[in-house]
Amino acid sequence: MSPEVTREGPQDDRPGREATVGSAGGRGPGGDGRWGEGRRKRRGRRGEALMVPRAEFTSYYGRPVIKEPVWEERDIAGYFFLGGLAGASSVLAAGADLTHRSTLARTAKVGSAVAISASLVALVHDLGRPERFLNMLRVVKPTSPMSVGTWIVSAYAPAALVAAASTVTGKARPVGALATAAAAAAGPAVAAYTAVLVSNTAVPAWHDGHREMPFVFAGSSTCAAAGLGMLGASLTDAGPARRAAVVGAMTEVVATRLMKARMGVARETYETGSAGRLMTTAERLVAGGALVGAIAGRRSRVVSAAAGAALMAGSACTRFGVFRAGVASAKDPRYTVEPQRARLASGAGSTQQSHA
Amino acid sequence: MSALRGARLTDPAAEAGWGAQERPRMGFFTDTSVCIGCKACEVACKEWNAIPEDGLDFTGMSYDNTAALGASTWRHVAFIEQNAPVGNQEAGVARAREQVAQVEEAQGAQRVDLGMPGIGPDPAGGSQDFRWLMSSDVCKHCTHAACLDVCPTGALIRTEFGTVVVQEDVCNGCGYCVPACPYGVIDQRPEDGRVFKCTLCYDRLGEGMEPACAKSCPTESIQFGEIDELRERAQARVEQLHGAGVTQARLYGEDPGDGVGGAGAFFLLLDQPEVYGLPPDPVVTTRDLPRMWRTAGIAALGLAAGFAACFAGRRR
Repeated sequence: MSPEVTREGPQDDRPGREATVGSAGGRGPGGDGRWGEGRRKRRGRRGEALMVPRAEFTSYYGRPVIKEPVWEERDIAGYFFLGGLAGASSVLAAGADLTHRSTLARTAKVGSAVAISASLVALVHDLGRPERFLNMLRVVKPTSPMSVGTWIVSAYAPAALVAAASTVTGKARPVGALATAAAAAAGPAVAAYTAVLVSNTAVPAWHDGHREMPFVFAGSSTCAAAGLGMLGASLTDAGPARRAAVVGAMTEVVATRLMKARMGVARETYETGSAGRLMTTAERLVAGGALVGAIAGRRSRVVSAAAGAALMAGSACTRFGVFRAGVASAKDPRYTVEPQRARLASGAGSTQQSHA
Repeated sequence: MSALRGARLTDPAAEAGWGAQERPRMGFFTDTSVCIGCKACEVACKEWNAIPEDGLDFTGMSYDNTAALGASTWRHVAFIEQNAPVGNQEAGVARAREQVAQVEEAQGAQRVDLGMPGIGPDPAGGSQDFRWLMSSDVCKHCTHAACLDVCPTGALIRTEFGTVVVQEDVCNGCGYCVPACPYGVIDQRPEDGRVFKCTLCYDRLGEGMEPACAKSCPTESIQFGEIDELRERAQARVEQLHGAGVTQARLYGEDPGDGVGGAGAFFLLLDQPEVYGLPPDPVVTTRDLPRMWRTAGIAALGLAAGFAACFAGRRR
């Protein structure tokens, strides 16, 4: 329908993008706009379900607003556990070296070397283009926790491997001592940065926990390393591991509870479904493992090993639970929309509404 | 990162190192009030950018079978069927239903439900009000872009036009940008491994051409241009619509003071953003990153101190 051009100029010219949509029709502003006989009775009702389920919030056909993580759970949640185990174990190893607890030092060093090696495999495997893993070393970006983490792990992994190799072979002891110290220095960063990695996303269950997540991860890492120490070291050497388990379990349990309490609606994802079961199991395992280890761990090798295994399993449950809670919170638009809507309603929104 | 703390970033390209080279920031203003849901933008985008087919599905939820933006969908037209008026306009739905019912009665015919929206029982109970909302969604090319911030390889870059583009020869498919985007735009193409999203037709822009979607839009619902000019145009348009009685008209993403520092692609909507599948108050996640690093630093030191205390506790 192109405009007809006559001697008087263009006729029937359409307004295009200036079209005043909604201004046509007989209803004046404020009028009720009814015509005909008004409301009529419904007939032929067949009781079909509504296309959009009724809810307190609105969404686009219940579809998620944000994309759920594309990371493989086994690789990435597994890495959070293994990286935490490795990082904290290196700290434990340095302490064991300084206090001459040889079986504890050996367990922690070998454990961290194995864990960080498996971590690297998992991380490269999770890439969409594994052959391009070296592209991670193109830049140093403080705005990207993954970039920062890459550099931390790049510094840490060789040190952890050299420390373990030196202890196992008994060779190059001065180098081994230096590597042990370097790994212990980088270890806490390896254990804690992954909390920033997950929190620095739009995933509600992760981002909304960013104040407490580093403590959850640090506590969980401590539990894993302490558990490994109790599992592998002699009863006399494992004393610090048993004490660390208590500190780690307390930190993890308190930080997790605090995180959930301050989170808002997304806390539901930590309390329901498989994530909820994992988080509950994690709390029982780390608390139970730490308690049993502290009370009865010094008397029996079997009890010590069982408590250690429980601590490690609990630490893994925490990481997989956090991972699944994040995925669940990304899938349901409610966890994205409701807090943002509440933020706007309270006037604390980041947008200054210039139009009502 | 200091720029993320409150200060407004007026020229993201210059801040990203392009310098003040007099090239204005380009973007989209998508006026959904004139969108007719033809999906020409979706097709033009797919064709120009040679995007692979990503599922010929029947969603069953509306005339929208594209469903969402993704690695192989860079324009997505949303369809929302509502029992609400568009300004003062009369849809005449009840009369149409009445007429259909009369025909049914006269001929003894029965309607068959093919699963298309609008055929079932009248959910509004004879209300006159009816409207289709249609909106062509796209990457927002944020002033503070989370995808760009978190990319560990530098594959995501800020172009000289102020847009955000993935360098496909650099991306290694780490997937970090995917959950970082507050709008759920960027995604990984599973069979490829890398991430993809709207480039605002970077190749066309370089040649002085407008993006394929804007070029193909028959109603100029998708308008391409300099951001500053588009903002003025959008403001004038929303005032025009308010004057015409369409009080639900609102702008989305045009405010440089919002959580992403203003979107490079913003919208005029006729309902709440979440109705269209858009977040009502998106915030770039890296805004909180300095605090996260500090917290993690304390936690890391705490971990080391905790172990130290456990060794200092009792000497052998």
